[in-house]
Amino acid sequence: MHTEDISILLRNHSFLEDLKPEYIDTILSCASNTYFPDGTKIFSEGEEAKKFYLIRTGKVAIEINGREKGSIRILTLGPGQVLGWSWLVSPYKWHFDAYAIDDVRAVALDGECLRNKCEENHDLGYELIKRFSGILEARLKATRIQLLDVYTKEIK
Amino acid sequence: MTFIEGNNPLLPAETNTIITDPMIPNLFTIKKIFWETDDTFTIEIESHDKSSFNFKPGQFNMLYVFGMGESAISICSDPAKNKTILHTIHRVGNVTSKLSQLKKGDTIGVRGPFGSNWDVTKFYGKDVVIVVGGIGLAPLRPAIYSIFKERKKFNRIIILYGARTALDLLYRVELEHWSKTKNVEVLTTIDRGDSSWRGNIGVVTNLFNYIKLDAMNTYSMVCGPEIMMKFSIEELVKLGVEEKNIYLSLERNMKCAIGFCGHCQYTSKFICKDGPVFNYSQVKDIFNLYEV
Ligand SMILES: Cc1cc2nc3c(=O)[nH]c(=O)nc-3n(C[C@H](O)[C@H](O)[C@H](O)COP(=O)(O)OP(=O)(O)OC[C@H]3O[C@@H](n4cnc5c(N)ncnc54)[C@H](O)[C@@H]3O)c2cc1C
Ligand code: FES
Repeated sequence: MHTEDISILLRNHSFLEDLKPEYIDTILSCASNTYFPDGTKIFSEGEEAKKFYLIRTGKVAIEINGREKGSIRILTLGPGQVLGWSWLVSPYKWHFDAYAIDDVRAVALDGECLRNKCEENHDLGYELIKRFSGILEARLKATRIQLLDVYTKEIK
Repeated sequence: MTFIEGNNPLLPAETNTIITDPMIPNLFTIKKIFWETDDTFTIEIESHDKSSFNFKPGQFNMLYVFGMGESAISICSDPAKNKTILHTIHRVGNVTSKLSQLKKGDTIGVRGPFGSNWDVTKFYGKDVVIVVGGIGLAPLRPAIYSIFKERKKFNRIIILYGARTALDLLYRVELEHWSKTKNVEVLTTIDRGDSSWRGNIGVVTNLFNYIKLDAMNTYSMVCGPEIMMKFSIEELVKLGVEEKNIYLSLERNMKCAIGFCGHCQYTSKFICKDGPVFNYSQVKDIFNLYEV
């Protein structure tokens, strides 16, 4: 795929909505188009978190390995959502497993490449951090609601 | 004491269809009882004198298990079908457990219908977003039936439904049927799943990521556990839906159900007679308080 096509994919993804065109141009060289057929393991817990993904189509399941409890599927992500933030925080390792549970099309962004761009251009870095903070806050809030187990009432 | 239809001073005028003392239950027979999930069942009931039972979407009955007590339960059937009515009930305690043990042919007491309703005629020409969690789909089902009956009068219909696990999803056949209707989107999600579940996992608000709202043209009905409604309404407002276009249904323990005893008092309002369905802008200030 041509770089200008990837640029369109980036601009059209809701995570990067309204990002200044010059920032899109800056991060373009870190981006590649990817496809994961249904059933692919996208990454595994403990592996180096080299990339993150802007999901365009399909669905990804995040699983946590509960050891003796087995694998627990904790979240699914779909079109318009972002998969992965471990590339942002040292030691850059995945904490979960991720599987494509549909045919998934996504734009992959290389973490190291992006970190370097952000070091060079702090305005870009700040803009991306603001966007990631929003995602982290939403996921944290969602996890807290999940913990409340709101749909159960005690049976006497 | 007998009230003439339309003259009961204790009930909102538009819901005033009771013709006997609202504290005396009418006798109803269980026509059918079946389990929807592990802990949730539906009863179909018919009045002993076979009279029809008129109600509006969102209204509830007080179901009386003789010798045990009463519970407020929403009516979940189609308002256009009034020979028998349906109640879907989550078995949580004394009364609901006893209700779950009833058999076809048994008799229960029924008082109602009580309370305010989802007035879907207000949504004509608009997009309607229905956000439901758990048993909250039951009180909203009559509104969904009413919308489908006059489908052309509404624009897009979006149903976002969250449940605890895949096995807790209610009315699966109907959800499937609704989802196949033109201009209707049905998205479901569960809080917990295993690798065999290929649908969405996550809280119901996560589903907002997958829809595009024409916020200025959207009305919303929200029903479920209070905390789930709080976060869903926050999300709707964040997406630009006007507070006055959001409706929700509230629950409090009830006794009289006619605005008499104060059991269901919610600051200046009584859930049984001013609610259970409220416009969000009416209750917004108290809704966000932890305990009222
Ligand atoms: C307007 C209205 C409509 C309702 N519609 C439905 C419905 O369609 N289907 C349904 O299954 N339930 C519905 N409910 C909730 C239902 O009334 C209660 O779950 C029921 O009364 C519990 O009775 P119980 O004797 O089985 O439980 P109890 O033995 O009284 O209590 C069991 C547990 O449930 C809690 N509880 C009791 N009543 C309520 C309540 N009103 N709200 C929240 N927690 C409660 C108690 O604190 C306790 O933890 C509705 C409630 C209201 C106010
Ligand atoms: S239940 Fe008695 S006032 Fe509402």
